[in-house]
Amino acid sequence: MAAYDVGPSEKVHPGKPVVVDRYTVGARINHWITAASLILLALSGLALFHPSLFFLSGLFGGGQFTRFIHPWIGVLLFFSFFGLFLRFWKANLWKREDGTWLARIRDVLANHEENVPEVGKYNAGQKFVFWAMSVLIVILISSGLVVWDQYFSEFTTVEQKRIAILVHSIAAVAIIGVWIIHFYSAIWVRGTIPAMIRGSVTGGWAWRHHRKWLRELVTKSGGRSGSKPAE
Amino acid sequence: MFPPIPNPSTTDTAPRFSEKDLIRRSASTVPAPEQQQTEVAKLIDVSKCIGCKACQTACIEWNDTHEEVGVFAGVFENPPDLTPDMFTLMRFSEWENPETNELEWLIRKDGCMHCADPGCLKACPAPGAIVQYSNGIVDFVHENCIGCGYCIKGCPFNIPRISRVDNTAYKCTLCSDRVAVGQGPACAKACPTQAIVFGTKDEMKQHAEGRIEDLKSRGYANAGLYDPPGVGGTHVMYVLHHADQPELYSGLPREPRISPLVEAWKGITKYAGLTVLGVAAGVGVLHHLIMGPNRVTEDDEEHAEELTEGDGHGRV
Repeated sequence: MAAYDVGPSEKVHPGKPVVVDRYTVGARINHWITAASLILLALSGLALFHPSLFFLSGLFGGGQFTRFIHPWIGVLLFFSFFGLFLRFWKANLWKREDGTWLARIRDVLANHEENVPEVGKYNAGQKFVFWAMSVLIVILISSGLVVWDQYFSEFTTVEQKRIAILVHSIAAVAIIGVWIIHFYSAIWVRGTIPAMIRGSVTGGWAWRHHRKWLRELVTKSGGRSGSKPAE
Repeated sequence: MFPPIPNPSTTDTAPRFSEKDLIRRSASTVPAPEQQQTEVAKLIDVSKCIGCKACQTACIEWNDTHEEVGVFAGVFENPPDLTPDMFTLMRFSEWENPETNELEWLIRKDGCMHCADPGCLKACPAPGAIVQYSNGIVDFVHENCIGCGYCIKGCPFNIPRISRVDNTAYKCTLCSDRVAVGQGPACAKACPTQAIVFGTKDEMKQHAEGRIEDLKSRGYANAGLYDPPGVGGTHVMYVLHHADQPELYSGLPREPRISPLVEAWKGITKYAGLTVLGVAAGVGVLHHLIMGPNRVTEDDEEHAEELTEGDGHGRV
C-alpha cells in the first residue's frame, strides 16, 4: 500500500543524478494559475489598502478597474486553489515527525537538516503554509463576498460589511505573510523551484529534504526494501 | 424668522472657495489652507417641517438627477430610501407620546450631515475622491471615485449610495456649487416654512437657540440642537422637539461616531499590517545573507543513487 503522501505519478528515475518526479503537468499549471492570481490579488488589494500603495492600481488600468477586477481574480484563485487542495491535502496531513521537525526549527533555519527527523513529501513548514493558505483563502473569499458591493451589497448590513472588511484586510496581511514564507523558502532551499517548473527534483534534493518520501518512492517502485509486484 | 438668502445677482462672481481651501483630501495630504473660511451650516428645524417634500424636489431639480419612478410601498417615504439620485429624503415616523397620549408625526429630512470628522473621507482609498473644505462642506469628486463603497462603511449615518450607472458614490453636496457663489442650498431655498435655513454655523446655532426656547415655552421640555460631538459636530444640524430621544426620528443615531471597526481597519491594521510584511521580507533577506542558501551536496546525490541502485528496475 502506498504511503499517505505518495502520489501515483511520483516516480524515481535512477541515474546520475537520480531524478524524482514530484509534480504532474496538471499540478504545475494549477499551481501557477493560483500563484499568478495570488500575486495580482496582493497588488490590487494593497492598492486599496494603503494610500501610499494606491499607485499600484495603475497596473490594472486605474482605480475603477482595480476595484472591478480584484474580486473576480479572487474567485479564480478560490477555484484554482481548491484544485490544489484536492491534489495535496492528503500529503499535508499532520504526522508525528512533524512535531519533532517543528521543535527543531532552529536547526532547519541554520541549514542543519541532519539534526531533524526524516520527513515525507512535505515538512511541517510546508504543511503550515498549505493549511494557512487553505484557511485564509476561505476567510478571504467569504469576507470578500460580503464587501463585493457590485453584486452583493443588499444581502448584508453596513455593520456586517465593516466587520467583513476588517477581517478581510487582516487575513490579507496574513496570507501575504504566508506567501513571503513560501516564496523565500523556495529560493533559500536550492533545487526546489525546478519541482514546480519541470516537475522533478534531483535524488539528492529528495534525500536531503524529504528522505522518508524518497524511501517510500523507492519502495513503491520495488526497491530493496519493498516487495516486487507480481509479473 | 431668519432672513432668507437673497436671489443671485446676474453678474459673474468668483467662487468663494476652491481647491485651495481643502482641509482634508481622502488618501492624501493637503497643505494647510492660507485662510480659514467661515464655517457654514444648514439647520433643519424638524418642528417646522410639514413634510411637503419641496426640498426633495428642489434637490433633484438643482442636481439634475433622475430618480426612477418607483412603486408605492405603503409608506410616505418616496423613494423608500436614499439613492444615488436622491440625495435627501423625508423620513416619516409616527410616534405615540406616552406623556401626552398623543400621536406625533416626526418628519426628518435625511441626508449628508457634513461631519467635521467625516468617516467617509477616512475610509476612502482613492486619492482626492472625497474632500473637505475649510467651510465644513464634505464633497465627493466623481472623477477620482473608484466605486469601492468604503465610504458607506465609514459613514456613521448610512448616507452615501453607489450609482449602478457610473459606479461612483453620490450624496448631498450641501450645494457646494451654489454656496461657492453666495447662494444657499436648493432645499433651503425651496422650503416653504423655513424649516431649512442656511448660514454660518454660528448664526445657525444662534437661530436654533431661539427656536429651542420657543419650543420649550410650548411644552417641549426636551427640545434641543442635534450637533453630535462624536463626529466633531456637523454642518447640517437639527432642531428636535425630543432631542433626548433622537432615535425617534427614523433612527437618528444618539451618539454617532466613526465605527471602531473602521478606526481599526484604517488605523492599526493599515500601519501594523505593512510593518509586519516589511519585517517578514527583511527577515528573509537577512536570513539569506547570514545563513546562505541550503544547497544539495554531492554527498546527498550519492546517497540517493545508492538508495535507488538496489532497485530491481534500476541500471547500476
